[in-house]
Parts: sequence; structure tokens; C-alpha cells
Amino acid sequence: MMITSEPTTTDNPSLEDPRVFQQHQDNLGIDVPWLTSAKQSAWSRYLELPSPLRTDEKWRFANLNRIREMGDFRPVPGTTPEVPGIVERSRRFNEVSGRLVLADEALAAAVELDPDLRKQGVIFTTLADAIVQHPDLVQRYFMQQTPELGSEKFEALHVALLRNGTFLYVPDDVEIDRPFVSYNWSCRDGGALFPHTLFITGRNARASLIEFQEAATEETRHLVVANAHLYAGDGARPVHTIVQNWNLNTLSFQLNTNNAQEETVTKSTLINLGSIQARQEIHGKIFGSGSNVEMYALNVPRGRQEFDQRTLQSHIAPRSRSDLLFKNALMESSRSIFSGLIIVEEDAQQTDAYQTNNNLMLSDKAEANSLPGLEIKANDVKCSHGATTGRIDESEIFYFLARGIPRSKAQELMVFGYFEEIVQKLDNAELAEYIRERLVHKFTD
Amino acid sequence: MSSTPDLNIERDVGNFHYDTSYEFDAGTGLNEQTIDYIADVKGEDDWVREFRKKALKIFRDKPVPTHWASKDLENIDYDKIRYYLSKGQRPSRTWDEVPDDVKNTFERLGIPEKERAYLAGVEAQFDSEASYSNMKEELSKQGVIFVGSTEGLREYPEIFRKWFGKVIPIGDNKFSALNSAVFSGGSFIYVPPGVKVKQPLQAYFRINAENFGQFERTLIIADEGSEVTYMEGCTAPQFETSTLHSAVVELVALKGAKLQYITVQNWSANVFNLVTKRGMAMDDAEIKWIDCNIGSRLTMKYPGVVMRGPGARGEVLSIALAHDGQHQDTGAKMIHAADNTSSNIISKSISIGQGRSTYRGIVNMPRSLKSCKNNTECDALLINSNSRTDTYPAITVRGNQSTVQHEASVSKVSAEQIFYMMQRGIPEDEAMSLAVNGFVNDLIREFPMEYSVELKRLIDLEMEGSVG
Repeated sequence: MMITSEPTTTDNPSLEDPRVFQQHQDNLGIDVPWLTSAKQSAWSRYLELPSPLRTDEKWRFANLNRIREMGDFRPVPGTTPEVPGIVERSRRFNEVSGRLVLADEALAAAVELDPDLRKQGVIFTTLADAIVQHPDLVQRYFMQQTPELGSEKFEALHVALLRNGTFLYVPDDVEIDRPFVSYNWSCRDGGALFPHTLFITGRNARASLIEFQEAATEETRHLVVANAHLYAGDGARPVHTIVQNWNLNTLSFQLNTNNAQEETVTKSTLINLGSIQARQEIHGKIFGSGSNVEMYALNVPRGRQEFDQRTLQSHIAPRSRSDLLFKNALMESSRSIFSGLIIVEEDAQQTDAYQTNNNLMLSDKAEANSLPGLEIKANDVKCSHGATTGRIDESEIFYFLARGIPRSKAQELMVFGYFEEIVQKLDNAELAEYIRERLVHKFTD
Repeated sequence: MSSTPDLNIERDVGNFHYDTSYEFDAGTGLNEQTIDYIADVKGEDDWVREFRKKALKIFRDKPVPTHWASKDLENIDYDKIRYYLSKGQRPSRTWDEVPDDVKNTFERLGIPEKERAYLAGVEAQFDSEASYSNMKEELSKQGVIFVGSTEGLREYPEIFRKWFGKVIPIGDNKFSALNSAVFSGGSFIYVPPGVKVKQPLQAYFRINAENFGQFERTLIIADEGSEVTYMEGCTAPQFETSTLHSAVVELVALKGAKLQYITVQNWSANVFNLVTKRGMAMDDAEIKWIDCNIGSRLTMKYPGVVMRGPGARGEVLSIALAHDGQHQDTGAKMIHAADNTSSNIISKSISIGQGRSTYRGIVNMPRSLKSCKNNTECDALLINSNSRTDTYPAITVRGNQSTVQHEASVSKVSAEQIFYMMQRGIPEDEAMSLAVNGFVNDLIREFPMEYSVELKRLIDLEMEGSVG
């Protein structure tokens, strides 16, 4: 099934049409002065900033052709598209604290939230609703931190044209076991989406947010420039997972920050399955002491997919820890770029920071690029990074063969063993099982 | 913790300056006339003059690479540099024939003494040209050529031209283009098939004049199955104004040859040391760079090996010591272009006071090759709380037949280590030196004996007073 773009071209200009921003402002339907002015200045910034060049360090090894051609996408109009089955397909888990379903950035069903949590002051709603209902709270966090890893132009475009997203606020001392789940569906062909997530955990709060990024059908073409910002107050323990599974005609950006105050345990994980090209920037900013910030990713590109990930672990305060593990398994003619940096500032003594990138090459045509960097300005630190690129160990395969397990099965077991290191960090049995299924599906399709 | 060491005793060995008169002086600044002057006094063929002029254009067109490199590069004023200074273009074969003002310099640096003790040949370059060049007679009889680049171009154009600019093209980077435009001096070495040169050949580079730019050009060709070790040392007096050293070194190891290139860089702290060094290793050949950087204001140097033939091997072993006001931006490039090639990079850096050391590396297995291996280890030691280190590797692998591993770590000398040694009556300074020597010891062992002793002493002295 194909969803053609409606309304017509004339009232829905493309990104290269000069009227696109005015049109967006006119039909946004949110009249909040600080947001309007933020959007206006973001639009001018978008127009001013140059397009990335290959010679730019932050775009080294990146494929820029698709990015140069994004002008013909059209921002989605803000009305709910007619796509049957979306809400039913958004019932992946039974044990949830809340559920939110957006189709082309419009609410597809009423937001679900556990009434007990609502009483405790938990806010889980769309960003559009939060801007209207809790303008001060949103303003306090909105775009206060940015990744600064190369996509400043696309971040400006995101702010200028964003209309919706996910807002989760967990007040001080509220601890929640069951995850909040949000679904973002891309629907209309040629549509450009700018979903924005704000996940705020107060002092000593604990909560988990899982975001699914999906396409209603495989054939439609999309541009997605998503942002997600995680704010962990003192002692908070947020867990944030994004399962990126846009369709294979999608160019996607994911621009994230994880902001940790004192004594937090902050965990974020990216599972990358979809998109023909995904550019992701994740900046972990450690403002407080005694925090433990974990950043994980599992990437399984296939065909001609390209996953381009740039990460930064910024240690601003002393005595914190950060750990990053990004694992790629590359099939067919896929490409990966991992560019990671740890910065330890002058005052961040007694930092422990680790960064690991593993690339498992499963095809003779796959290409992995790894740029693991360190910038250390304090001396009393424990810092290391490691990068490995290799294939399945033949001696381990031999071990399986000697026990009568055929080669193909042995390889499959080895690859799933390789993924398991990340899957087990997900802390949620339903999610882990779902990811295992998706991985098997991607491998055996 | 933050008191900064201020002793640079060992650097003072080269910090003296005798007044010298020059017969040939290309003046200050760089333009086409500078190049004509250099080509004229050297009596070069037209193709060399054209090569230089083409390079000048490329140098001018290329931007200063500050989008990834240090902004300090913007402080080089190319109009204030003197590009060619010499007493003549023909080096002496005996020290007696070397003019006194130049000879005194090299004697004070101990070069003739070292030659007698353990070297197979020596070339001593004073500003733009070699003033002394000699090699043991038995090596000449075996067909080994060891001369300056000026002489190499003149006497052996058929060998020289075949490889000149082939490993490092003019436009490789802005500074290789600059060198290609105004190069003078450096060594030309050819080792015939099967000849194994047992003792090292040594070149010594001396910058004597203020505001001078030294642009030596070295080409070493080890023919099939041959072996040779080349060592270079360098010093300059400490001037108030900055000095530029920008060399291009090309190595060619033909089938089965082994080539080892050792550098102990101890330029004074006003020298910009921007050097391009690369080797090409054919089938089963081996190229090993041993690189030690102690001096200079800013060093940018990433020795590389292009493994062109199956079974070729490349290695870079590197030690960098960055003191206050110094930035050692060093690393390695390993380009795997054939099956079964392997490379190894071990880099250790020590940052003292506000010194900054940077590792920058490239490992590239761009085509779907079989059984290629790379191992990279870079370890950084930070001595003071305001010391700085960076690591920027870039690794590209295509295909599922090769393996690459990269590891890096940053550490400091632990208080427990120092305390333990002090408990046993070792003074704090000495304990610090021992700890630092322990950090680099396994690498220093790879250096030839004479060098490892000198290096250990250098590091002891550099560490003096660094505990605070």
C-alpha cells in the first residue's frame, strides 16, 4: 500500500521552496512566543549555515550525495494520515506505564498514561501538548543542550520545522519500573519529519523510555531529522532506548544529548536497523560528580545502508565515569562510520572514561571506518579506547564444526553471541526479546 | 602538583652559534626568483626547475590545514624566511677540508668522533647543503651510493629520477609542496641487490642561521634483498624568531629488502618541524620507522608505509616528549595495498608541564584484501595536572578477510609508585625518572644501543624537576 502525498503540492511546499517556513508557521497552530522566536532564528541559522563538506573533519568518510539532495522532501502537514492498523501495530508490549503513537507527527490515538503515575505528577504527552500545557517546563529544557558534532545546519532545520514529539517528565523521587513507549510512524511519501523528544528525570527519579521509529510501508521516501535530549537530575536513573527502524528509503538524522548531573546512572542505547543512511550524533555531557553515563549502540547495516555515528563523552566535573560501546555487524555492501571522542576537561580529575568500537565484517564488500579519539586535559584519569575490526574467528568456527554443528548455524550463533553483549544491557525482557526477533529477521530475510 | 620543570640541559648541547659567512644566499621570502636562484647555483637540469616551479604553485594554492591541525601553523611567516644559504654545493670528503667555522660546529656536536666509533658513513648538512659527506671505502666497492641530494641528482639521475616524488607526490600536502619547491640537501642512498650494510649510515642536520628554513630531501632505495639502517640527528641554536624545517623523506624497499630509518629529533624550541615521511614496501619487504621527538615548538610528522607488494611489512615505533610550549603532533600512516601485508604501530608519548602530545594515525585497508593485519597501541603519560594529550586515529577496513586492532590508554605516574620508591630511599626526582623510563623502556630497547643510551639520558634530564 502506498500513501500518496495529500494535500497538494501548492499548499505543502518542499524544503527548497522559500515559502516552506512561512507555511509551516501559519499552520502550526501553536502560539507560544518563545517557541515562535526560537523557530524564526533557527530558520535564519539554517539558511546561513553552509552545507557540510567532505573536507570537514566532522563529515570525514560520510556520503554527502543524499544529504545534498534533500531539498525535494516536504514537511508533513500535521494532520493524521489515513493509515489503517497503525495503532494496533503500536501495541508491542503489555507491561507499559504509558503509550504514545504519532503518525506523521500527528497523534494517532489518545495518549495512555497509568493514572497512578499521573497523580504522582508524571507528565507523558506529545511535545505539542506539553508546549501548551506546561510552557515553562518545556522552555526550561528545550534546546538547552546540543550535540555540536557537525549537524548544526540540520539541527537548525529541525527546530525551525518541528511540530511534535515525545515529552516525558518524571518528578523528584518517583521510581517507575515499567517503560514508557512512544511510536513514531512515517507515512506520507516524500514527507519530512522532525520529531523531538524531551526526557526529564528529577532528583532520584527512575524511569525508562523506549522509542520506536517505524515506517507504515516500505515504499515511501522520507527525511527524518529527529532530536532526543535526556536530562538526569541528581541521583536520577533514566534509561533511554531508540529502536531506529525507518524504511530503506529514509535518510535519517538523530541528534541527541544525554545530560547528567551528580550521582546519576544514565543509560542510552541505539538499535539501528532501518534507514538507507542514518547520521547520528550523541553527546554525553557529564556536569556532575559521581555519575555513571553509559552509551551503547548495536548497528546491523545491510545492502547499501550507511550508518554514520559521531559521539562525544564530555567530562566537565571530576570523579565521574562514562562507558561507550558501539558494535557493528556489517553485511553485503554496507558502510559504517564510528567517530568517537572523549574530552576530559582540566577540572575533571579522577575521571574514568572508556570507549570501544567493534566491527564484525560479514561480507567482502562491507566497509568500516573507525575514528576513536581522546582529548585529555587532566592527568589523574583512567581513559582508554579500543577499536577492533575483524571477522568471525575461524578457530571458534572449527570448535563448532568439531561438535557437528554446520558452518552456517555456527556463524549465526557467533553473530548472535556478538549482539548479545548489547541486547543484555537493555534491562527489559520484552524489549530484549523483540530486538532478538528483529535481528534474526534482518539476518535471514 | 602543577609546578613546571624548567630544565632543558640536554637541548643546550646544540644551543650555540658561530658567525658564518655564506657564499650563496637566496635572500628572504619566496617567489619564482628564489627558485631560479637555487636551480642556478646548483646547476640543475630543466626538469628539476620545472618540478620546483610546479610545486611552488601547488604550495601557494593549498590552504594551511588548520581545519584539523594546530592553529600555531598560522604563525609561520613565509616572507621572513631565508630559503637557501650555503658555502658551496660540493661537500668535502675529509673533515680537514671542511671550513673551520662549520667544522667547529660539528666537532662540538661530536659528529667526527661518532663516525670513527660506529658509523659506516656520515653526511653533515649545514643549513642548505652538505658540508661533509663520506662513506667507508668497502661500501663504495659494493656499489652503495651515499651522497647528498644535490650530488645524487647530478651524478645518478637515472636512479634518482625513477623514484623521486613517486612515494610522496608534490601535492601530498602543503609542506611537501613547499619542500618540493625549494629542497636542498638531504641524502640520496642506493643499496644494490643483496648488499647488507651492517653499520648504520648517519646524516646530521644543523640549522645555523636565524630565520632560516631547512628543506632537505632524502631518497633511499634498498634494492632486492638488501638491508640498510639510516639514522638522522638534528640541532639548531635557540633563536628568538621561529625557524622552519620541512623535509620530505621517501623510502623504497624493493622485493625482500629491509630498511630501517631512525630519527632523534632534538630541534630547539623555536623550530616548526613539519615533515613528510613515507616508504613504499614491495613484495616481502620491510620498512621500519623509529621516531623519537624531543625538541621543536610544533612537530607534525606521521611516518607512513605503503605496502604495495604481498607479504610487505610496515612498522612505526614512536616516542614523543612534549614540554612546556611544545606540541608533538606525531603518528603513523599504514596503507595496505596488497594481500598478506602486516603493520604495527606503537606510540608512547609523555606530556610534561603544559606540553601537548597528539597521536594521529591512519590505517587503511581500502580494497577487499586477504589476510592483512594491523596492530596499533598508543599510550600517553601525563606528568602534571595541566598536561595534555590527544589521540585521533582513523581506521578504514573493507572486506571480511583482515583484522585490525587499536588500543589507546592515558595514565599518570601513580602516587603509590613514587611513594614506594621513596620509601626505599630513592629521591623523588629519581623515582619519577625511573617510572617514566619504565613507561618507555620496551620501546627504547628497539633503538640501536648508542641511541638508546643517549635517549635514556635525555629523558632523565628532561624529567628533572618535573615533580611538584
